[in-house]
Amino acid sequence: MTESHRPPLLGIVVEEHVVFTFTALCRASGADAAQLLAMVGEGLIEPTGAAIGTSLSPDDWQFSGNALPRARTALRLVRDFELNLAGAALVMDLLAEIDSLRSRLQSGSRVR
Amino acid sequence: MEFKDYYAALGVERSATHDEIKRAYRKLARKYHPDVSKEPNAEAKFKEVAEAHEALIDPERRAAYDDISRRQASGQAFEPPPGWDSGFEYSGRGGDGMSGGGDADFSDFFESLFGRGRGERGGRSGHEGMRRAGGGAGPVQGVDHHAKVSIELRDSYQGARRTMSLRMPVVDAQGQATLRERQLEVTIPKGVREGQHLRLTGQGAAGRGGGAAGDLYLEIQFLPHPLFRLDGRDVSFDLPVSPWEAALGATVTAPTPDGPVQLGVPAGSSQGRKLRLRGKGLPGAPPGDLYAVITIAVPSAASGPQTVAYQTLAQIYAGYDPRASLEA
Repeated sequence: MTESHRPPLLGIVVEEHVVFTFTALCRASGADAAQLLAMVGEGLIEPTGAAIGTSLSPDDWQFSGNALPRARTALRLVRDFELNLAGAALVMDLLAEIDSLRSRLQSGSRVR
Repeated sequence: MEFKDYYAALGVERSATHDEIKRAYRKLARKYHPDVSKEPNAEAKFKEVAEAHEALIDPERRAAYDDISRRQASGQAFEPPPGWDSGFEYSGRGGDGMSGGGDADFSDFFESLFGRGRGERGGRSGHEGMRRAGGGAGPVQGVDHHAKVSIELRDSYQGARRTMSLRMPVVDAQGQATLRERQLEVTIPKGVREGQHLRLTGQGAAGRGGGAAGDLYLEIQFLPHPLFRLDGRDVSFDLPVSPWEAALGATVTAPTPDGPVQLGVPAGSSQGRKLRLRGKGLPGAPPGDLYAVITIAVPSAASGPQTVAYQTLAQIYAGYDPRASLEA
């Protein structure tokens, strides 16, 4: 079944233009509420703006678009390596550091 | 359908114990998991390994697989005999701990033996795949789907339209999930970067009972380019220059993803010097920069006059020691 007669679908860049509510982030990432709460507790994803450090309920939280790939990566690491969230968070921090070192290497600047 | 040798995929003997299978999987997962690996084809390799693990780690599945593989050599066309699994009753999945976020899509072979793959683990198939919008029996919103799309560097520079085929699980009236292929024409926005996600509203699974459809998320991957390398918004490429161009300065023609430009190489440029073309990286606010990284191409002394030219250089630069920095 083709749908090519329709106008092309416009993709919105999630990382730049999307803000998730708690429920929307659950749905988009495939995480359940408890998993997402645990990720917030672990500092893996952070509610943006005024919600940080306040006692707002999760229903009032908002997340930047970056929270989606982070939540999904954490879920994959937990599932495929049987890690807990703290372990997944550590892996993700180390991967980010490796990426930054790699890009410094590639750009030819000296790594100190 | 091709018969899959799951023991070979994990590199274990058919007599391997449960622990050996687990160990082999863990080791290969660390090597090939797409989130941690830079190996070529990591994703495809990991899929094989994960599928083999999924089949062999569960004693019931393993017994069923062993039974059928006794009658089959790997690589041959394979059809499961009718009713072959009547003697097996799957008690379902073991305790997997956290789940979800999965986009694993196992082979037809796996699915013909065991049903749909890990998609089930996150409760994403059948009726469970629908999330309740308000609790009770109200409208149910369709689940969100994820897929990857590969684009060329110039697609990000110029924006693009892509027609893509996606295999999506579709739930029929009986609650059975089947894969359906569908085509989507998608506008790729200018300036999109590696690893970013596009959201296509309402293109996920259909809702039920009047609920809205889910969304489709596309993860952007760039196809490797022979010249240009990406680092976020910035793009770089190697610009070979001759020793005299590097020493004396020159204006050279350099490629950019937008087409060739004239580029001034400053006198006294050394290997690795980066010339920045401000704002010529990926478009955006702000746009990235494009870097030409100088590499010095040294021509060989192939003829008499060329040899003489190098000898003359050697005489004139008699005091030049390129290894001065190596002396302790």
